[in-house]
Amino acid sequence: MSASNTAPVCRAADGALSIRDVTKIYDPEGVHVVALEHCSLEIAAGEFVAVVGPSGCGKSTLLNIMAGFDYVTHGEILLDGAPLATPDTRPRPGSDRVVVFQHGALFPWKTVLENVTYGPVVQKQLDQAAADQRAREMLARVGLSNIEKSYPGQLSSGMQRRVEIIRALINDPKVLLLDEPFRAMDTVTKSASHEYLLELYNATGKTIFFITHDLEEAIFLADKVAVMTTRPGHIKLAISVDLPRPRNYRMLATQQFLDLKSQLVEAVHEEAVKAFQAGEREMA
Amino acid sequence: MQTALILIALAALILGAMAWRIHKQAKLYEVGFGRQLVNTLSSRSFQLTLAGFVIFVGLWYVTVSLLKLPWFNRLPGPVEVVSEWLSPAPVFGISIYTKDYYTHIFYSTYRATAAFLLATLLGIPFGLLMGWNKKFYDYSLPLVELIRPIPPLAWVPLAILVLPGSEPAVIFVTFLVAFFVTTLNTLLGVESIDENYFRAAKCLGASNKDILFDVVVPGALPYIFTGLQISMGASWFSLVAGEMIAAQYGLGFLIWDSYSVIAYPVIFIGMATLGIIGWASSALVRVVGRRLMAWREAELSGSARVEV
Repeated sequence: MSASNTAPVCRAADGALSIRDVTKIYDPEGVHVVALEHCSLEIAAGEFVAVVGPSGCGKSTLLNIMAGFDYVTHGEILLDGAPLATPDTRPRPGSDRVVVFQHGALFPWKTVLENVTYGPVVQKQLDQAAADQRAREMLARVGLSNIEKSYPGQLSSGMQRRVEIIRALINDPKVLLLDEPFRAMDTVTKSASHEYLLELYNATGKTIFFITHDLEEAIFLADKVAVMTTRPGHIKLAISVDLPRPRNYRMLATQQFLDLKSQLVEAVHEEAVKAFQAGEREMA
Repeated sequence: MQTALILIALAALILGAMAWRIHKQAKLYEVGFGRQLVNTLSSRSFQLTLAGFVIFVGLWYVTVSLLKLPWFNRLPGPVEVVSEWLSPAPVFGISIYTKDYYTHIFYSTYRATAAFLLATLLGIPFGLLMGWNKKFYDYSLPLVELIRPIPPLAWVPLAILVLPGSEPAVIFVTFLVAFFVTTLNTLLGVESIDENYFRAAKCLGASNKDILFDVVVPGALPYIFTGLQISMGASWFSLVAGEMIAAQYGLGFLIWDSYSVIAYPVIFIGMATLGIIGWASSALVRVVGRRLMAWREAELSGSARVEV
């Protein structure tokens, strides 16, 4: 769609994630809920990984553990070889792995510019003027000049999500954690958002962990699509997507794309049926 | 002569306020002042507002002055009240020309303002702390919930016993009500903030102190200001109750005293004055709130919306 989408893909040198045998048990009032069990996944530096699976399978739990919002019960997660989450360490969110939330979490009381510059300024990495300058450059890259004084509530959902991704990227994180960021969007906004995300990915080469329900979205965006089982969740299979980059929408109709999709549909459907039956058992 | 001047001043004030409002609306809708004036005057809501006033005063006139219904026969009609209120030589000693009238207004305003400010100054930090710190919440909430339902008047004897003189006692009683309203609304405001804003701030590297000032305070502000408007109103009603029992000046005292000495029109003057001041003070809080929450205004007015 623009020059940078046709540029050769560069990949960040760091941001490798190693999820090793992770188990997460919630224990509210003595009722054991095993959200994740023996969940393992290797993500290379600069890799774009999409995770799909039935609702309530523990995708978001995994993301929350990586983000530092929640404890892990067993197992560990390493970031570039250093422990990120273990049962003995206190979870700590940090700007090396920024989350973009499902319903968006731009501060409604701050303007677009104040939102985007929040990270570097609050961490005292840049002064306000330098941060403003940097934010303007990055906003311009995703076609968002001239809205810096607007409040998030004045923007469309597509623009809000783009601003939020920029707010994450300005911190130069090692990993971007995206929790179904385009879920509530209409088809047109969604496909425009995909193109912007791919463009940013191609330009920065950041490791991306992307949760979604949408199989087409997963294949179109990712290098690797991981299918999660129904609760207790673990990675059932991971399929490499060898569609060339830069991607474009025409690929959605190629035989290669459709083959990948049918493979995923099989795997996810099986889990969806299990989840449904488990749900019926719980109800009974 | 003097009456005419004061009436002209009053009329100028009201017309000025209306003109200012129409000017603002004209800017919002991007039309000329004259066009907006016509729009406003011919708008259904303006006509209904006007009709409401006319019906209210009309009913008062008909029941009291015209029909002299049995239950209402001791009350003054609208004409009597207004002519007493605007009279340079009032029969009962209280009108817009007398110094006493303003002394009463001054005392009430001073007490309500002092109580309101004190309640705001203490109530907002108290509420933020309750929402911010689980331990403090557990300490204080049950106490607050038990003390809050005690009506302000029940505090009057205790306040008089403890505090020197009736003046601080009246202010304390007024303060108490406003304080609880402000505290609980601030707490509600903090609790209403979406968990994801806290998470997002932490992801972006904010410290606890940063989160307090960048998430908790602005996030709670809409509820805080709703609380302050209620607190302003609550200040006035508990103040008047306090003044009726323990004061020598103030509009509450004036109303009660006028009843005792059978100066009935003055009761109405006092009540109407309270209505006007109470409304104005709430409006003031609203204006300040709007200034501080530009982001909400921008969100609510669809005209400023930007699309891709």
